[in-house]
Amino acid sequence: MSDLETRGQRFVALCMLGMLLFNYPILALFNVPGTLFGVPALYAYVFIAWAALIASMAYLAESDG
Amino acid sequence: MLHGTTIILISFAYLGLLFAIAYYADQRADAGRPVIASPYIYSLSLAVYATAWTFYGSVGRAASDGVGFLPIYIGPTLMIALWWVVLRKILRISKRNRITSLADFVASRYGKSALLGGLVTVIAVVGILPYISLQLKAVSSSFRILVQYPEIIMPAEVGAAPIREDTALWVALILAAFTIAFGTRHLDAAEHHQGMVAAIAFESLVKLLAFLAVGVFVTFGVYNGFGDLFARAAAEPALRAMMTPMEGVAGGYSNWVWLTILSMMAIMFLPRQFQVAVIENVDEKHLNKAIWLFPCYMLAINVFVLPIAFGGLLRFPDGSVDADTFVLTLPMAEKQELLALLVFIGGLSAATGMVIVETIALSTMVCNDLVMPVLLRLRRLRLNERPDLTGLLLGIRRGAIVLTLLLGYLYFKLAGEAYALVSIGLISFAAVAQFAPAILGGIFWKGGTRAGALCGLLAGFAVWIYTLFVPALARSAWLPIGLLEHGPFGIELLNPLQLFGLTGLDQINHAMIWSMIANVGVYVGVSLAVSPSADEHRQASLFVDVFRLSGEAGGARFWRGTASVPELYNLLARFLGSASADAAFAEYASARGLRWPDERLAADADLVHYVEVQLAGAIGAASARVMVGSVVKEEALTIDEVREILDEASQVVVYSHRLEQKSRELEMATAELREANERLKELDRLKDEFVSTVTHELRTPLTSIRAFTEILLGDPEMELGQRRKFLGIITKETERLTRLINQVLDLAKIESGKAEWVESAVDMREVISDTLAAMGQLFREKNIKVEARLPEKVSLVAADLDRMIQVMLNLLSNAVKFCDAANGWIEIALAEHEGCLRVDVRDNGRGISPEDQGEIFSKFHQVGDALTDKPHGSGLGLHISRQIVEHFGGRMWVESEFGRGACFSFTLPTGAAVAVRAA
Repeated sequence: MSDLETRGQRFVALCMLGMLLFNYPILALFNVPGTLFGVPALYAYVFIAWAALIASMAYLAESDG
Repeated sequence: MLHGTTIILISFAYLGLLFAIAYYADQRADAGRPVIASPYIYSLSLAVYATAWTFYGSVGRAASDGVGFLPIYIGPTLMIALWWVVLRKILRISKRNRITSLADFVASRYGKSALLGGLVTVIAVVGILPYISLQLKAVSSSFRILVQYPEIIMPAEVGAAPIREDTALWVALILAAFTIAFGTRHLDAAEHHQGMVAAIAFESLVKLLAFLAVGVFVTFGVYNGFGDLFARAAAEPALRAMMTPMEGVAGGYSNWVWLTILSMMAIMFLPRQFQVAVIENVDEKHLNKAIWLFPCYMLAINVFVLPIAFGGLLRFPDGSVDADTFVLTLPMAEKQELLALLVFIGGLSAATGMVIVETIALSTMVCNDLVMPVLLRLRRLRLNERPDLTGLLLGIRRGAIVLTLLLGYLYFKLAGEAYALVSIGLISFAAVAQFAPAILGGIFWKGGTRAGALCGLLAGFAVWIYTLFVPALARSAWLPIGLLEHGPFGIELLNPLQLFGLTGLDQINHAMIWSMIANVGVYVGVSLAVSPSADEHRQASLFVDVFRLSGEAGGARFWRGTASVPELYNLLARFLGSASADAAFAEYASARGLRWPDERLAADADLVHYVEVQLAGAIGAASARVMVGSVVKEEALTIDEVREILDEASQVVVYSHRLEQKSRELEMATAELREANERLKELDRLKDEFVSTVTHELRTPLTSIRAFTEILLGDPEMELGQRRKFLGIITKETERLTRLINQVLDLAKIESGKAEWVESAVDMREVISDTLAAMGQLFREKNIKVEARLPEKVSLVAADLDRMIQVMLNLLSNAVKFCDAANGWIEIALAEHEGCLRVDVRDNGRGISPEDQGEIFSKFHQVGDALTDKPHGSGLGLHISRQIVEHFGGRMWVESEFGRGACFSFTLPTGAAVAVRAA
């Protein structure tokens, strides 16, 4: 039971991290002219951060511990 | 050329294919081999979230404010991170209580309140209407654009079509017929629509592929990849602001955050999402995959939104083409006929998927939580006396589907034209977000009451109507527009767009703030002010403590009264049909070791509860309660009794938890004790063995000494040569004895940790050459060739010089003993590698068998046949050597192949020597 609880807490932490990543002021840091791989910085940032968040969720959901 | 007829034919062929898939899945399910029992199908079915809004509307939104479309997908991703906590709980509750819909869930939580279920249904239906109208608008306008191919003409420019040619109406009617055929063919007690889920999963694939096809075509076909596309867009002065979009948008970050929160609620509480995620879920474990697969889907379908938006803005700079249609008009402008058709099919699948699931979910709610409770209360209809009600139930659902779609069409006609797709959808999101306090509060907070939920929902919904629904109608000139400009009756403070003078927010944002304040505030306030009834108290505990209370601690304990088996059976048969009722009773009976029908089956609390839960699966919790109440005589429990039962139940649970923990601890302690005991026994055995071996070893030389001294004593006449020989033997045996005793003492010291170690920086080259020099005589006597391969210089090791010489002596004398008698050869190698010195002593003797290799380092182990071979030593040398090497942080081992010689090696770490030298 405690294992389920621990994993639950990790997911909650991940959600909070996501809220931080997709919010002011982190977003504002990337809301600048300039490009990343040819893509405007903000757009590139949002998609990369999003993919990283999903990857962490996958790791957490599929891991046994 | 694409004719209208062709497009219609292809559309129908596509719908036919969907139907075939659904039919096949249903057949498989009936045969007991369900196709949807897979986490991948489950994840794909969740993607019903992506509707025509996603397919056409995201691009439209992106074309006006860049990243503004993304919170709609990032919000759900964040919410899904919480699914492990939230959705798992909802799933467990729903399975245990046979929840059939969102309204049923809320009604069930707050004391099986029919009133609350009805209210949730009304909010859901009214709230979802804009969303359904969005789908109708998207399908009809994409059709009307596509038939103009290769011209690109917006539907608005064509003018209103006569009702006979009104595409939206036809779409609504066809979809209604299709959904009826799809979802209401028969009544399932568990409300599982396996065929529908399979078809939806397929639709999710189609829309994703279609969208990706357009995206790839625009990005890599029309332009040279992302970089080229964005560079050209950035070169346009009109589009430059969109490269840093946050500043350009009104409300900026706050807008973004509210949209994220709104979408977080939507992914949980849209009736269709609740349907696929909770009701249609067949296995809780599917969640583990869905948690990341579904967000992956959302990411994939959004990657090309911006490229298509910018592509469209570059292609149609004059604004003549509605950005909501870029997905379709871009391929048309590039004369890609087939791609345009694929897009239309993709859009169709996005829209139909949404409409099918949404209307099925709504129809279940309308039937179970709105119409049935009313019908059942109308005694004039005498529904209680009808033998079979399944036909009635199906009829109500079919009617509800048609009605919902026609209302959606009506909304489209009244208000749909004035808004972009995303704005229409957001109105619906804001409506379903009103369920959040009642549901989330309901599963985590026992204090939430029926009155609180009812008032909270009413307050939130009222604010929603006033700030979103009314303005939508006003914008379309169905209400005076002055309402939006000056407020009702000229009262500025009550302006629906700037309630109480709150300005500077966009409309959705503004509505969310006020409705959530009203909803949460009233829910919490009233819940705290009004005390709950016994029913509510019980349900609250069953929901909040779902993981703590086991199945037995569930509903049956709360029932007291009298009932009869035939009456209960008849009740179930009326709603489910007699076949399903028989099956249900047989299952119940067999779980108790009986057969159905059996007279011994008692109409006790368990059976009544079982029937109620079965019935709830078909007509909802509130109606089921009413129906069961009509055939049994129930004694109402007072709230104190409910409390007592609950306390008892939770105490029992706590007590049994504690007991379990105690017994676990006890088991662990027992295991530890047993292990310790084993270890002690083993040590005892070893000690005995040691003592007997030592005495045995001591006795051998003693015996021979005694024998020879007796001979010498008994025969004084013995000749000198003989005497010297015997004395020589005696001396040798005494030496052996001394050596043995020394080694035993040595070992005892080392093992007890009392040995004295003189640590210094030792040069192993010196150790080896000293040992070789000392043993030179022995080698020559035995005619053994010795090769020493020593490097020029090696690092020093921290060790005891004498002990190291002891180790080398031991290894070398072993090698001498065992190497080939005729052509003896020994090789010594010293090497330094990765912070370690390694010494190898190799001989060409007969080697050591694999069985012996493990044992050779243990005490008194002698290689060779104990019966025929003479012992060559004490059997302690290697053991002591290994102890010494290990004391200095090294390792000793042997590698050998039987018949091919042996190689003893040990390592010593070099790092520690520096510290010793410095000291």
